[in-house]
This record gives sequence, C-alpha cells and structure tokens, in this order.
Amino acid sequence: METLGFLATGFSVALAPMNLALVLIGCFVGTLIGSLPGIGPINGVAILLPLAYAMGFPPESALILLAGVYYGAEYGGRISSILLNVPGDAGAIMTTLDGYPLAQKGEGGRALALSAVASFVGSIGALILIVLFAPMLSDLALKFGPSEFVWLMTFAFTCLATMVGSRPLKTTIGVVIGLLLATVGVDSGTGFLRFTMDIPNFFDGVDFLVVVIGMFAISEVLVLLESWLRNDMKMTPVGKSFVSISDLLAVKWVVLRSTLIGFVIGVLPGTGASIGSAVAYGTEKRFAEGNDDQFGKGDIRGLAAPEAANNASAAGSMLPMLTLGIPGSGTTAILLGALLMFNITPGPLLFEQQPEIAWGLIASMFVGNLALLVMNLPLIGMFVRLLSIKQSYLVPIIVMLTFIGIYSIHGDSFDLYFMVVLGVFAFILRKLGFSLAPVILGLVLGEVLEDNLRRALSISGGDWGILFNGPITITLAIATLLALVGPFVMKTLKKR
Amino acid sequence: MKTFKKSLLALSLIGMTSMASAYEPSKPTCIAPAKPGGGFDLTCRVVSTGFERAHLLNAPMAVKFMPGGVGAVAYNHINKVNPDDGDALVAFSSGSLLNLAQGKFGKDLDENDARWVGTAGVDYGAIMVSSDAPWQTLGELVEDMRKDPSAFVLGAGGGVGSQDWMKAAILMKASGIDPKKMRYVAYEGGGEAVAALMGGHIKVYPGDIGEMKGQLDAGKVRVLAVMSPERLEGEFASIPTAHEQGYNAEWTIMRGYYLGPKVSDEAYQYWSNKFAEAYKTEGFKQTVAEKGLMPFYMHGEALDEYVKVRVQDMRELAKAAGLLK
Repeated sequence: METLGFLATGFSVALAPMNLALVLIGCFVGTLIGSLPGIGPINGVAILLPLAYAMGFPPESALILLAGVYYGAEYGGRISSILLNVPGDAGAIMTTLDGYPLAQKGEGGRALALSAVASFVGSIGALILIVLFAPMLSDLALKFGPSEFVWLMTFAFTCLATMVGSRPLKTTIGVVIGLLLATVGVDSGTGFLRFTMDIPNFFDGVDFLVVVIGMFAISEVLVLLESWLRNDMKMTPVGKSFVSISDLLAVKWVVLRSTLIGFVIGVLPGTGASIGSAVAYGTEKRFAEGNDDQFGKGDIRGLAAPEAANNASAAGSMLPMLTLGIPGSGTTAILLGALLMFNITPGPLLFEQQPEIAWGLIASMFVGNLALLVMNLPLIGMFVRLLSIKQSYLVPIIVMLTFIGIYSIHGDSFDLYFMVVLGVFAFILRKLGFSLAPVILGLVLGEVLEDNLRRALSISGGDWGILFNGPITITLAIATLLALVGPFVMKTLKKR
Repeated sequence: MKTFKKSLLALSLIGMTSMASAYEPSKPTCIAPAKPGGGFDLTCRVVSTGFERAHLLNAPMAVKFMPGGVGAVAYNHINKVNPDDGDALVAFSSGSLLNLAQGKFGKDLDENDARWVGTAGVDYGAIMVSSDAPWQTLGELVEDMRKDPSAFVLGAGGGVGSQDWMKAAILMKASGIDPKKMRYVAYEGGGEAVAALMGGHIKVYPGDIGEMKGQLDAGKVRVLAVMSPERLEGEFASIPTAHEQGYNAEWTIMRGYYLGPKVSDEAYQYWSNKFAEAYKTEGFKQTVAEKGLMPFYMHGEALDEYVKVRVQDMRELAKAAGLLK
C-alpha cells in the first residue's frame, strides 16, 4: 500500500505540465533518434544532457526528459530494422530477423504495429515489476556473481546455436567470428593488449556500434547497389495490413515471457537490451520447437519476442541505477552521470531521501510509454512510406546517416574506415549465405562470457567448481542442459 | 611625481592586459577522452562550469568526447592531427599517466608529448569492505590477509596495471605481502566492483573516496582507510588514513588538463594564467567541491614538472610490480 502512495506522489510529479511536456518531447526525439541508423539512445542522451543542464531544469525534469529519449529510442530502433534491415540501435538487431522478411512480404505495417504493441507491453510489464519488486530485485541482482553470468551467457549461446535453424554450421562460424572480434583490445585479466596492431582505437576493443552499423547498414547498401547494377531493383510492396486482434492473441504468451526475460536481464548489471532480446528470441524459438520453420522468414512470434524484451530490459536497467547507483546498461551509465551532474547520488537512499525523483521518473515512464504507443500507431502509415522512396535516394541517405552517426561516437575518422571494411566483409559473408546476427551476438555475449569466466576463476584460484556454487548457477546449468538436449529427447520420444 | 607614478601604473596595467590578451581562444574546448558521464566528463565540466562561474572566458567552453583507451585515442589524435591547437584542453587523470608510464598510449608517445597546464582537483584511494565484513580497521584486515593472501579476493574497476590495481598492489606491498600473490578480479568500472562487494563476490575494494558518498551514507560499505597523506576534511574527517594505521600506502587520483605538444608559448601561458586566476575564485572552488573533488591546485611549468616526475615514479612502480621489463 505504501508503494501506491509513493506512486501517487510520482504521478503528481510526472503530470505537472512542464514534466508532461518534457516526457512527450523526450519520447518523440527518442523515437526519431532510435529510428536513424547509427544514432542510438546513447548519442541521444549524450546530446541532450548538456542541453538539459544548460536550460537549468530541476533534476527530476531533466531526468524525465533524458529517460524519455532512452525508451523512446527503444521504440524507434525497430523502424529501420523492420523496413530497411538496418538496426536503428543495438537492442533492435534481433528485430531484423523476422521484421525485415515481413516487410518484404508487404506486411511492413502489420510488423510495425505489432512490434509497437509488443514494445508497449514489454515496457509497462517491466514497470509494474519494478513497482512491485524493486527492493527485492536489487538484492537479487547483487547475488548475480561472475559464475552466474557465465551460465547465463552459456544459456544464451545454447539458444543461439539453433537460432538460424537450417544452417547450424554457418551460424557457429558466425558466432566464432564474433567471438574473435571480442578478443581485440586490452585484456582486463592481465592488462596486455591483444590483437590491437598498435592502433590506439582498438585499445578498448572494437566499438560495438561501429561493428553493428558497419555490418548491417553498409552491407545492406552494398546489396542495394548490387541489385541496381544488375537492374533488378524491386519495389517492396507497401501493404495496407494492420495489427489484428488475432495477431495479438497469437503472441500474447510470447510477449509476456519475453517481457519477463528482458526485464530480468536488464536488471542485471552489465547486460542490456541487446542481450535481453537475443535470449528472448532464442527462448521463443525453443518454445516453438517443431512449429518453428517460419522463424527467420517473417514469423510474428520472432518479431514480438525481441521487441517486448528490449523495451523490458531498457526499463529494467533503470532499477539497479536508481536503487544501487550501478548502471545496468551503457545508456543508464550516462543517465547516472547526469544524476551526478545534478548532485544527486543514486543509491540505496534515493528512494527514501528524494522520492520525488525516483518515483517521478517511474511514473513518467508509464505516461511516456502510453504516449509512445499513441504516437507510434498513427505514424506507421508514414513510416511505411519509407519503402516507397526510390532506392537511388534511399541509399545515399542511409550512407550519410551512418557516417554521421558513427563519426559522432568518437569524432575520429578511423571508425569510418573500419566501418566500411566491416561492411564489405559483411557483404561477402552475406553472399556466402551467412547470417549477421550471430556475429554480433558472438561479439556481445563473448565479451561478457570471457570477462566473467575469468573473474570467476580468479576468485576461485582456478577451481572450476565455482561454476556450481549455488542454487542460481545450478538452475541455469540445468536450463542450459535442457536447451541443449531437450530437442533430441523430444524427437526420439516422438518417433516412438 | 604622484601623477607620474599613477600613469606609470596605468601604463604597466595596460601592458599587462595586452600581454594577457596576446592569445585569445576563438573556440575554447575541453576534450573528454571517454564516453559522456564518466570521470573525464566530470573533469571537463569542472573547467567549463568553473571558468564560466569565475567569468574567465569570453566564449562558453564546449565539451567534446573522444573515448578510447583511458585517453590513448585523444592523446594520439592531438599528437597526429592538431598538436598546435591552443583552443583545446584535454582532460587527463592519474589513470592516463599510469598508462602513459607503461607505454600504453602508443609505442612512440610519452609524457613529453603534451604540455601539462592545469589541475581540476584530486580524489584519494580508499580501502573498502562490505558493512557486514568482520574487519573494523586496516590492521585487522591485513592481519587476516597475511595468513593466507591467496584466499583473499580483491576486486576493482580496472584491469591489471590500472590505477585500481595499483592501489591494491601498493596496499599489499605496504603490508609486506608479495603483490604477485594477490588474487585480483577486474571489473568494468567502479560501479560493477561496488556491486560485487555488496553481493559478497569480492572481499576488498580499493576504490576512490569521492565516488562512494551514496553508498557510505546508506551504510552499505565500510571504509577502513583513505590513501591520502593526511586526514581529509568535512564528511570524511572520521576516516583514518592508511599512514595513521601504520601502512605506507598512498594513492592520489589527480585530475587535470593538457594541451598539444606544439601549442605556442603564448597559448600555454594564457591557459596557465587562467587557471591561476580561477584557483582564487569562489566560483571555481565551489564547482570543484560539487563534482566530488578535493582541492589540489597547480598550473603551468610547476605542473608540467610534477607530472613528469610522477610518470617516472609510476614507471618505477610498474617495473617493481612486474608490469614492465
């Protein structure tokens, strides 16, 4: 009951006219930023942060604005994923897998509408979980040590192994390429530089965004150019289809499960929307076992799962930031920096000492998500028209946006060359029939897996027993085992 | 005679102002060599906000970001692309100096490839344990550690060779334990390390005192010692130093700014003078305190010399710890 009182206080903050206006502006800007390839929530928040500071907003208003940009971008990221096969931000990589095929079939409108609803449910579901379980969850997040992360990542890899189904070998090779990329940079365990070729830009490892944009956007542009050279440019049909009640009912469990998965992964420190959506996608594919031949070819379940999950984890990653002062993702790390700039120290006392900030933010997220849904559905008709832009205009626009986006991360032209090299490499991979998502996920998951495995082993002094040190690790280990052998067992049983 | 003196004074004043305005940045910029939100961002905000409050600049100072390798990318960029840009201050910290000392800013770049011009302030290392840990003093902790160093897990926000690791190694050395026997776990940034401390995955966290305010207020962690030369003031006054407890373990995290190696003497002098002026104003001091830093003011040649000595010291330390041959 006490919580409801706090939430009411929160709504009185969130619904104050200025804060209401700011949350709407934030969400709108966020959607726009998210939908531009290369420019993600991190850039958006980083650009607006000094502005909010200079405008002299009170801290809760500034935070409401910046958070609006953050989750607005998670909505926007899906747009270019679905329509152009170019993820608008890192959380939207998995959305390309089934979203783009749907758009090619002329069902872009249906995909956009369904994913907007899935995003909405994901966010609101995660928010309800925050309100109900905030203190308990922050304790759970602390219990997650290196060995728990090792199993979580192993589980994610197991799910991925069958992700792109029909070509397990190529998927595996893709993951390995990603893992190789993950080894570049300073090795945290020993402090040595690995595979950096003495280029300082590699000292921190390859930049995740450069890889994502290079591999997806640049290779997509090359594919478009190739079809133009061959003179077989096809206009993608723009379907009039829209979301239907039967679609929503068909994915209701998918969305709820993915919300839970995305939320939990978001709450854990160090894992964000990209991992949340990957695990959700993999899990759903497992659940659909035997009836999953449409995954990767435009299955609405494969679209709804990552979209619900990435929004849920965006909301979830706010929780450790607010309750523990520990960011759950790259973007929340910036939000944390924003709080510090306003002389607010997030941490266990924030909810007690400055409830108007913590609860105001949570309440504004309810308002913002509702606004995003209302804003997004009518705009779908406009977004879909992107597909009817002549490719001779579209290609230069994509190229320009990606170059600006990537340059804005480091302000260094090195990233641009590297992005183009990766794009050409990815184009070759695609021509050879590889899928790109496993490469990216190998990169993300590999880094977390390696770091945590080495942390676990340096804690235990090299004793692998630490990987089975508690109920959480053992549960995750069993889940991994089930995901691995489950399908074979099921097949054998069916044959009998 | 009096009028003559006055006019002489006036003349010399004019002379001084014209000297000071010999260089005037057209686009004053602070480059934070990291992503927004971190320590370098904060360092840049100190100079941009502090100078603005002290009314020292005609144009507002912009903050630009150039992340990569604790400042390695920015250091290389300044050296290769615009070594003579007098408008751009670049933020650095002891962490950058430590990497510089280990040659991690590129093989052919060292501390002589920049002009160190001013400081923002300092923070100090602190030895922290979880609030439910059994140790109340540094002595009790070290006692336990000596019994079996390899059973003791320390963790912090940087890899081996980073300044967090250095703090742990210095503590080990001061307690007469071989740093090579230390069991050290590297996390991504201080936040993750604090989470690991609270979750009981690591036992000791050698972090920075300034960043711990929130957790200290909430009583989630206990600081056994600060690694400062003397007791700190204000809210940290009750925490004993490592020295007081008989351990020669000190670590100062300095934050400051450098200019490119080929920046003109006029520009260097201009910024050096601005820092000297800023250090006297309340506006700047208040900004430093707000950003969680403690006062440590040094500028111009004095700082340049100090940095070079410090990098050399770090090089020795790194050699002693087996990081450098």
